[in-house]
Amino acid sequence: MSDKMNANANTNTKPIDDEYYKLLHELQAVDFVLLELALFLNTHPNDMKSIQQFNQGVEQRQKLAYQYELNYGPLLQYGHSYSRFPWQWIETPWPWQV
Amino acid sequence: MWLYEKKLQYPVKVSKCDPRMAKLLLEQYGGADGELAAALRYLNQRYSIPDKVIGLLTDIGTEEFAHLEMIATMVYKLTKDATVEMMKEAGLSEMYAQHDRAVFYSNSSGVPFTTAYIQAKGDPLADLYEDIAAEEKARATYQWLIDLTDDVDLQDSLKFLREREIIHSLRFREAVEIIKADWNTKRVF
Repeated sequence: MSDKMNANANTNTKPIDDEYYKLLHELQAVDFVLLELALFLNTHPNDMKSIQQFNQGVEQRQKLAYQYELNYGPLLQYGHSYSRFPWQWIETPWPWQV
Repeated sequence: MWLYEKKLQYPVKVSKCDPRMAKLLLEQYGGADGELAAALRYLNQRYSIPDKVIGLLTDIGTEEFAHLEMIATMVYKLTKDATVEMMKEAGLSEMYAQHDRAVFYSNSSGVPFTTAYIQAKGDPLADLYEDIAAEEKARATYQWLIDLTDDVDLQDSLKFLREREIIHSLRFREAVEIIKADWNTKRVF
């Protein structure tokens, strides 16, 4: 199989090493806070402090996701993430492979 | 519509190949109180629930799919290096005959998933009480699963999922109170 066809070549992204796991875990941690706040706010919609905390989290999340995608490729499909050439979405690893 | 995010909600690590444990984990994959049942139950109930709790059902239902992916990852990692002999010893002969090492929606006894496990009654309180019960049953199952393994990495991920059931149950209980309060206001003449 030529490199052009090999979806696993991942010439565009950094290797899966300690740095990868560190960034992934940071993103998972921020996303967890955001999910927790979101569920809480669904039943406490007038909690001003939680909304402020949520919006701060959104900002932090955007920065981390940007860094993650720059290094390791798109997190989202359908136009929510950019792609380099060749098309990055199909690149490994998938979440259950790391 | 839905968006897939190319990462797990919480890390899943296993410290050994263990098809026996993979078989037991299927209870939370395609079992009666498993993650698939939960996701389908909540997302489907949204259409007849009062507006005030649609957002909650949407978000918890969506989170259940993230949990489903975590369980699939556990099963995948615990079986990917297993020999046929190991699969046999783990009581997975029947499953191996049907699926090789493919993950499939059944419970830990190999019974295929069925929507007979779940309900949508159209009555908000009946639906929410079912949801609370489902979360409590799933929480108990996660505890039994934690007790059934000595793999500390696997236990870590299972503990995360157990804690999520507690939070979901709490949020559903609050939703019950929101609906009751709403009904009481409407009954003032």
